This record gives sequence, structure tokens and C-alpha cells, in this order.
Amino acid sequence: MSIKYSKDHEWLVIDGNIGTVGISNHAQEELGDIVFVELPQVGDIVGQGDEICIIESVKAASEVFAPCSGRVIEINEILDSNPQVINQSAEEEGWFYRLEISDLANLSELMDSEAYETFLLAGEE
Amino acid sequence: MSKDPANLLPLNAMHEEHGSKMVPFAGYSMPLQYSLGILGEHLHTRCKAGLFDVSHMGQAWIHGDRAAAFLETIVPGDIQGLREGQSRYSFLMNGLGGITDDLIVTNWGDKLGIVVNASRKDIDFSTIADALAGEATLEVLEEHSLLALQGPYASRVLELLGCTEANRMPFMSSAISAVGNIPVGLSRCGYTGEDGYELSIPNRSVATVAESIIASDAVKLAGLGARDTLRLEAGLCLYGKDLDEHTSPIEAGLGWTIPKHRRELGDFLGSERVLKDILLGPPIKRVGIFPSGRSPAREGTEIYTEGGDLVGKVTSGGYGPSVGQSIAMGYVSSEHSDEGTDILLSIRGKMVEGKVTKIPFHPHHYYL
Repeated sequence: MSIKYSKDHEWLVIDGNIGTVGISNHAQEELGDIVFVELPQVGDIVGQGDEICIIESVKAASEVFAPCSGRVIEINEILDSNPQVINQSAEEEGWFYRLEISDLANLSELMDSEAYETFLLAGEE
Repeated sequence: MSKDPANLLPLNAMHEEHGSKMVPFAGYSMPLQYSLGILGEHLHTRCKAGLFDVSHMGQAWIHGDRAAAFLETIVPGDIQGLREGQSRYSFLMNGLGGITDDLIVTNWGDKLGIVVNASRKDIDFSTIADALAGEATLEVLEEHSLLALQGPYASRVLELLGCTEANRMPFMSSAISAVGNIPVGLSRCGYTGEDGYELSIPNRSVATVAESIIASDAVKLAGLGARDTLRLEAGLCLYGKDLDEHTSPIEAGLGWTIPKHRRELGDFLGSERVLKDILLGPPIKRVGIFPSGRSPAREGTEIYTEGGDLVGKVTSGGYGPSVGQSIAMGYVSSEHSDEGTDILLSIRGKMVEGKVTKIPFHPHHYYL
């Protein structure tokens, strides 16, 4: 099980055809204190790149895009009552939702940890 | 990191040393937050003290025996009645009874002092210069910074730094004081709902004063982000959001700033509309709103009746860290402005229930 990142700062961990999705630690740091997350519903069909969640930090609202296509099978209910989990543990406890990936072929655009680090450094210049 | 040609504040290096995230604001590179984060800075200011660099704001003096009388032609507050050392919140008005800017006016004895919003400096200063009609002179203080020390520990912190008069000053009063041997213009006011002070300090000395204030364990630096959540909880208006050229002070619920004799004389710019709003009641009113659930109702969110009629718009909204829920201010047509009125907020295409509520959301803790 390896972690992959999108250019929009979502992460995806794949186990068989099940993917777990969240936002990267970098994204969490950029957003600041998170106060609300609007998650998709179980059963929602999402396409890669779809705007699927909204995160509200103290500062502003931001969209979260789906890093791959599939059907949502579980959401992280804790985020509803305690969205700050995302600030504390963005890439583990603060996961957003799980989905059944419909097309494992369209994951090639995602980056591994090393490539994502390089991508972040390039963005800072 | 920013490539904007923004003006740097004299304290820029100190902000960066403390892990600030700088953002462009009104032509200045301003600290949005420090490493503690907006939530932490907000809560720290409410329970101890936060230091805000608000040097982007416009400071000026008005000299001349008749300065107050001439300023009153465009300001509806009681300026001529200000005693020495007294400060007052009021407005620069336009001819249509809208607000050019909100400002603080202080009687410094031999002159008046004003503090205006950064984004409105140019229009404010030219409007004032015109109103003074050559009978008084406006001196813009380019070489002065402004710090706001806000929170229940503010007076103790200043006392320990030798500002002996700090704790004796009433709310909305001003005095010349000193931190060490550096002279500061001290005003007991602020925009967080807490007790606190604003310190006007020569640019060359501001770093020394700021460093000595943050050396106190009780004080943390706080940025524009916390300033916004604090003032929203306190129900205070931000120019450009909750007030603009079209808003009358009466619509904004700020009629208390216009004393009886000024209403009777009606001798200020835009008085026709203001007096009409007082007499007939304004068509729209500023209200507080509690959206249900956790989703913030941001600026621009449309407000509907339960029957689906559009009756207003949110002008400021977000999460209130001390209130612990989503809060908003906005304008609604007056017949829907009563406390307890049920409304609907259109948030990203979904109708979310809300209730008109009284402001402030968080009680003021001024030194009265």
C-alpha cells in the first residue's frame, strides 16, 4: 500500500481496488485551522477531478477534487464533529472518504511521495 | 515569496522572524497569521493579549483652531464637543448619506488626530482636505506606525513597561505616554471587543516597542486573520464589507454615533438621507445571523425568507472561535430584521436554515 498525491494536494492510498482519500499535510498547513468539511455521501459516483468536498478553514473555503474515479463506500464521520483532526493528522486519522476505484488505469498522473516533494519545492520558487 | 509590489511595514522583518504568512492587503504586505495560527491567536487575545501591527492604517493630524468645526461638515459625530484626551468613533460621509469610511477622531489638545482604513486613505485624505477649505491643515503621518495591544492583560503589560497612566485611562480616551524613553500616543480602544490600546509610534522606534511588548509571556503576535474573526464576533463592521458608499449609518445600526444636536441641526454632508432613515426607519438593517450547522455563510451568501423571497445578503461570515459556531452579519430588509426571525441561507446551492440574532456574538469587555 503506497501513498499517491495529486497536483491538487489530495492523497490516495490504494488497497486492491479500494482507495482512501484525504488532503496532504502540506495542504492542511496552507489552509490553517479547519472548521468544517462537507463530505460526499456514500453511494456517490465521482469522476477524477470532480469537485467532491468543501473544506472551510478559519480563513476561507476551498474545494477538494477527486484524485480518481469511483463510487464512495465510506466517509470519515469523525470529521463532522471534529474537523481539526485534519490539522492534527492529515494523512492518517484525517482521511475523508473511501471509494471503490472504477478505473485503476487513470492513476498514472498521481505522484509518489518523492515526486510530490519535488512538486512542492518547484511550486515555492 | 510574494511578488506583489506591496509596501513593506517597518516591522516586516519581525513578522517574518515569527513565522508570519504575509498576504497583500490594501497595498501592503501584511501578516495574515503567525505560527500559532488564526484560531490560537484569536483565543489567546480573548484570554490574555494579542499584539497586532496595524501600521497600514492611515494616521493624520488636523491643525487649526476651527479644525473640529470644519471636520463636522463631513463627520456626523460630536467632534467639537470632544474634550482633550477623548476619542470618538464616527464616519466620513458622502453626499448621498453613504459612508466614505469609518474613523476614530481624537482631541489631542493642540490638534485633532484621526485614524482611517488603509484601503481608503487616499479618498479620505483628499475628502478631508477639501472639507477643511484652507481653514485648517491636514498633516498625514507617514512616519508613524500603529500597534494594537488587545486583551484582558493589555493594561498590565503596558504598566509593567512604564506606561503608568495606561490602567487609569477610560475606554475611548488618549494620552501621550512612553515605553522606556520612546514617546507613544496611547489610545484605549481597539477593534476586537476586548479591552486594549492602540499605540502610535515613530517608525524608527516601533521595533523596540514591539519587541518589549512581545517579551511578555502574556502577549502573542496576532495577524489580520484573527483580527477579522475577533471583530466579527464583537459585531464590529469592516469597511468594504459591512459598510460602503451606499450604506447609511442608520442602516448599519450605528445611529448611536450621531448625537441629538447633530441630528437636529442636520449640518453634515448626507444628512438628508440619514435624517430620513431615522424618521421613517431604514429600508434595510444590519443583523447578526446564526447559520445552523457548521458550514460558514461567507460574504455574499444570499438570504431568503422561508417562503423563498430574497431579502438580503451576508456581508461578513465565518467561524467564531470563541462562540464555537458559524456566525455572520448581513443586511436584510427591515421587516425581516427582528431577532429570532427564521431565514434561509443559500450556501453553495443548498438552502441552510438560519436565525436572525443580536450582535455582538461575543460580549464586549471594554474598560468602562
